[in-house]
Amino acid sequence: MPLLEVQELRVEFPTRRGVLTALDGVSFAIEAGEVLGVVGESGAGKSLTGAAVIGLLEPPGRVAGGQILLDGRRIDGLPYEQMRRIRGREIGAIFQDPLTTLNPLYTVGQQLAETMLTHLPVNPAEARRRAIRWLEDVGIPGAAQRIDAYPHEFSGGMRQRVVIALALCAEPRLVIADEPTTALDVSIQAQIITLLKGLCREHGTAIMLITHDMGVIAETADRVAVMYAGRIAEIGPVRDVIKHARHPYTVGLMGSIPSLSARVERLAQIDGAMPRLAAIPPGCAFHPRCGHAFARCKSERPELMDAGGSSRAACWLHAADSASAMVAGAPREARPGDARPGDARPGAARQGVADDAR
Amino acid sequence: MFIYILSRIGQAVPVILTVTFIAFAMFAYVGDPVTIMLGQDYTEEQRQALIEALGLDQPFFVQYARFVANAVRGEFGLSYRLGRPVLSLIAERLPATLELSLVAAALALLVGVPMGVFTGLYRESWLSRAFLVFSLVGVSLPTFLIGILLILVFAVILGWLPSFGRGEVVVFGWWSTGLLTASGLKALILPSITLGLFQMTLIMRLVRAEMLEVLRTDYIKFARARGLSNRAVHFGHALKNTLVPVITITGLQLGAIVAFAIVTETVFQWPGMGLLFIQSVGYADIPVMSAYLMLIALMFVSINLIVDLLYYAVDPRLRVDRGRLGRTGV
Repeated sequence: MPLLEVQELRVEFPTRRGVLTALDGVSFAIEAGEVLGVVGESGAGKSLTGAAVIGLLEPPGRVAGGQILLDGRRIDGLPYEQMRRIRGREIGAIFQDPLTTLNPLYTVGQQLAETMLTHLPVNPAEARRRAIRWLEDVGIPGAAQRIDAYPHEFSGGMRQRVVIALALCAEPRLVIADEPTTALDVSIQAQIITLLKGLCREHGTAIMLITHDMGVIAETADRVAVMYAGRIAEIGPVRDVIKHARHPYTVGLMGSIPSLSARVERLAQIDGAMPRLAAIPPGCAFHPRCGHAFARCKSERPELMDAGGSSRAACWLHAADSASAMVAGAPREARPGDARPGDARPGAARQGVADDAR
Repeated sequence: MFIYILSRIGQAVPVILTVTFIAFAMFAYVGDPVTIMLGQDYTEEQRQALIEALGLDQPFFVQYARFVANAVRGEFGLSYRLGRPVLSLIAERLPATLELSLVAAALALLVGVPMGVFTGLYRESWLSRAFLVFSLVGVSLPTFLIGILLILVFAVILGWLPSFGRGEVVVFGWWSTGLLTASGLKALILPSITLGLFQMTLIMRLVRAEMLEVLRTDYIKFARARGLSNRAVHFGHALKNTLVPVITITGLQLGAIVAFAIVTETVFQWPGMGLLFIQSVGYADIPVMSAYLMLIALMFVSINLIVDLLYYAVDPRLRVDRGRLGRTGV
């Protein structure tokens, strides 16, 4: 049984002009100790998925369908108090901006101790001892003295280390890291990711790593889910997805990443923009931007289907029935150099500077 | 810390000096004390003797310096109206005013803060809406009208509470208190509600606005994500972060409560300083007026100092000394 299983998750925002569906049919699973990367453009629903899992959707957002299972136990729609006991204890969270994540009025030691006292059977003295050990573990020099320092006395990178300690101190089995390095200097991003991964491996904690940085995913994740317009476009082992992307969107995403080894004059760009939530096209949400779209893509929505290797993609190109015959298995041979499976050459209009998948 | 306090006191000195100057100018320019003190029949020698005795023949600044020196020693002269030392008059009245003001302020805080927290947390509930409507009444109705309405309802119609005075008081040395007798407490209810209502609604609205602001912050989201109890999130993390502005306003309002107790004391014939001041104005009793002016100024300045020190206690970011200031950026 996977540690976390999300099935057909649907998140809606009721607004004055109608209900917006922000997540639609999102399904994935995370095994114990596994690192699942979640990538996509801004607004693809990555963070929302994380918020739904930990039960902190901002109202009026709500889980409108599907289920979220932790150890096979359903956790969506739990009463607030029961969900509270899961947060921090079973599922931890790390946010994007370490400068605003810590309460400025409490010392880091107080915040650590408070979290442990809430979830673990420890007394204040023991909580303090553990807090010092956690600060040491996340690499804060002079932890025994720094424990009584306030957040503003730490630099951004150090604060993110404190946030990691806070997320892990009650020893959750899953931690949702939402863009944990985006707000940091490039020079310390790698340190923080290495630290997070190392600590989680040590404690057997699974990570749901939400980011738009494919580099981070490539280094860290075991599997990756690519999200587009509130749906999962492709999910699979990280090597497969990077080297042999199966979904045209993923192919475009990979093509827009600059590479040191490959000599390209200009980076590939996916034409157009992700649709607004109010105007998600019928059928496959990507079809207006897809060079391979055919009739079926416009009318019928593709579910995740086996797409060769261990990957699953929500794309009709991989359907086992008549549709796949049309492209004669071409996508299965997709290579990272190709902008599009089956395409001889990327069209001139699709070339340009990479914009979103930084 | 010590230097901080010293610098704050240093800033307070010019304020106090300015107020003493204004208070002193009242003597010099509002009426002639010699004429007032001599009465109808006097000789020119008597007049000269009195002028010399009072030091009025001295240059302006010498007089002013003497006035300040006397004020520092608590010598404010004799009341023209009652012929008694101003200091003892004020000392007699001070407990009544302070008691009323502190009870009103406590009421404003103890009711205003929880109401603010509640309306901030449960924006949509009907009770929140009711509180907001009520607060609009508190903010918009003038104090004297509220006082008169309360008297009408609770003293005249229902007859539950006295409409004026302090009730029985217990005296300890120079301090008299109405807090220890039933009639004293009953007499305190209506005036303190009248005096505190405006502040209560102000604090409630302020706390509500601040709560709404703070609840949106990342650290509150993170506190929830850490699974802290609602109580800890709302009061430990959210409310504490709203305190700096609340302390500022409450502090300034406490000064205002003491100063503007005048209206409430007049409505309820409360034997405090405000009532004394109003009576003195009627008689042009300048020593009392100027002493009252200085006392209120001193009170405002001290409250401001306390407020600044409270910031220090609440917000660790202010405790950063200048050497480390660079690291607090952003």
